[in-house]
Amino acid sequence: MRPVIRLARKRAALAAAAPLALVLALAGCSPQDDSTSSDSPSSPAAGSSASATTAEACPSGALPTHSGGTLTIGTDNPAYDPWFSDNKPSNGKGYESAVAYAVAKQLGYAAGQVTWKTVPFNSAFAPGAKDFDFDINQVSINADRKKTVDFSPGYYDVRQAVVARKGSRIAGAHSIADLKNAKLGAQIGTTSLDTITDVVKPSKQPAAFQRNDLAVAALKNGQVDGIVVDLPTAFYITGAEVQDAKVVGQFAAAGGAPEQFGLVLDKGSRLTACVSKAVTALRTDGTLAALEKQWLSDAVNAPLLS
Amino acid sequence: MTVRDDPAPPDLYRPSARRIERERYRRARTRRAGLVAAGSTLATAAVLVALVVNSPGWSRTRETFFNWHYAKKSLPDVLHGLWLNVQLMVVCGAVVLVAGLLVAVVRTLRGPVFFPLRALATAYVDFFRGLPLIICLLAVVFGVPALRLSGVTNDPVLLGGFALCLTYTAYVAEVFRAGIETVHPSQRAAARSLGLSSAQTMRYVVLPQAVRRVVPPLLNDLVSLQKDTGLVSIGGAVDAVAAAQIVASRSFNYTPYVVAGVIFVALTIPMTRLTDWVTARMNRRQSQGGVV
Repeated sequence: MRPVIRLARKRAALAAAAPLALVLALAGCSPQDDSTSSDSPSSPAAGSSASATTAEACPSGALPTHSGGTLTIGTDNPAYDPWFSDNKPSNGKGYESAVAYAVAKQLGYAAGQVTWKTVPFNSAFAPGAKDFDFDINQVSINADRKKTVDFSPGYYDVRQAVVARKGSRIAGAHSIADLKNAKLGAQIGTTSLDTITDVVKPSKQPAAFQRNDLAVAALKNGQVDGIVVDLPTAFYITGAEVQDAKVVGQFAAAGGAPEQFGLVLDKGSRLTACVSKAVTALRTDGTLAALEKQWLSDAVNAPLLS
Repeated sequence: MTVRDDPAPPDLYRPSARRIERERYRRARTRRAGLVAAGSTLATAAVLVALVVNSPGWSRTRETFFNWHYAKKSLPDVLHGLWLNVQLMVVCGAVVLVAGLLVAVVRTLRGPVFFPLRALATAYVDFFRGLPLIICLLAVVFGVPALRLSGVTNDPVLLGGFALCLTYTAYVAEVFRAGIETVHPSQRAAARSLGLSSAQTMRYVVLPQAVRRVVPPLLNDLVSLQKDTGLVSIGGAVDAVAAAQIVASRSFNYTPYVVAGVIFVALTIPMTRLTDWVTARMNRRQSQGGVV
């Protein structure tokens, strides 16, 4: 009996040690500090851990990017018109694609040094190291979101609009009150959906779609009376996707301040200052206005919903 | 029992010294095992907690996933959406159980005259068990209204529920069929030799045993159904997960997802306990003579 007991004791000690050993092994591969989000720092400033880059420290074409020597830009797939064209962000067509290349040029990266990466909307603001330098995906800037990510200054002033089929009961709406009893839909995560819940406050629960194309399908099927999208998208839908639809009207900017799309960067990214500077410069020298005219000129004014 | 009035037997049992020693030793071993298990668990937990809390991104992770402010903000919306999940689950669950049993019985019908029925049921199960649920939902929720059939609803919740029933009936039919086929042929033979008809044999002998055997996998499918009710939100209806997503994408904070996840888990636990109890009761009734 004795030796058996001794053996059992040994085994118990081993068994008790097993989970500990596993955990310690895990601890061995502890996560790396994510204070820097660059794998292969290529810049002279790489050694500095300061996240606030001064205005002078934006060496043209040699920023501490995600992968040295190239600029990695994220956007969702599908990338919708008129922001992109043919779902190919790299072709430089569409307003956001053009803006992305203009920003890259401003930072000293030629078109050949730009890599595009598919970044779903929801992972653009996930904590943890980002695998892009900035994300351009019609992301509206708001105070809550600023707690989680860095934004560049706005590169586009957004207005929300209602699209409905010509035969629907809200096709002739002139005021927000006319939309009260309609079944409206919008994409989840967009300010369009917020516009329905906060501005229109309809009596029926708004339909929330995962993607814009599903919202358009529901509009075609008559499952919703109207959908709310940003104005350029609204004109694209009525022009190319749903022939018998019209832009019913647009909403005034809520609270006076215009809503803006901004480039998304990792919280505390070392590129924020440089990218922000680039966007501001593009706005000042009229590049943004010219690109808007080139790619979004269809989005002329729609009647304002009082 | 009859009461004996003879005096107590003189030779009362006294455990031997060796036996007492053995029992003492066993108690000590049990106590020691408990202590060792508790100690090892505590140590493991402590290391895991230390690992998570001391990771460089912990403060940001806590801010993003466990933020009290957003938890409180999203709870009413999530609960409001959860009502849709619960309704869908109850209605679809009932439909699926009945329809699945029917399909399984049709698949196990004997006799050449039933061949077309059997073939239809088999084809249905093969197709819908293999078809990804999300594609089934898209086809039903957006495809059926596109047909513009008069009198057919285009309500995304009803259509989504129908799509869920289509897929899950196929799953559940297979579970029931497996149960029916595990009932030993001698049971059927005995029932038939007692003069029960084929239908009576199925109803009184085969099905009760078959259903009892497949309660655990059935529960799996029901829990799975409960979680998949959220996919109906593809048609625009706002369920608990979609409600969480709305708050999350507005604020770029993931706490609402954690809230919805915890609520879903909390929902499935009582369901599991209930079915465990039902199964235990069935087993008690089955073995009335006592467990051998």
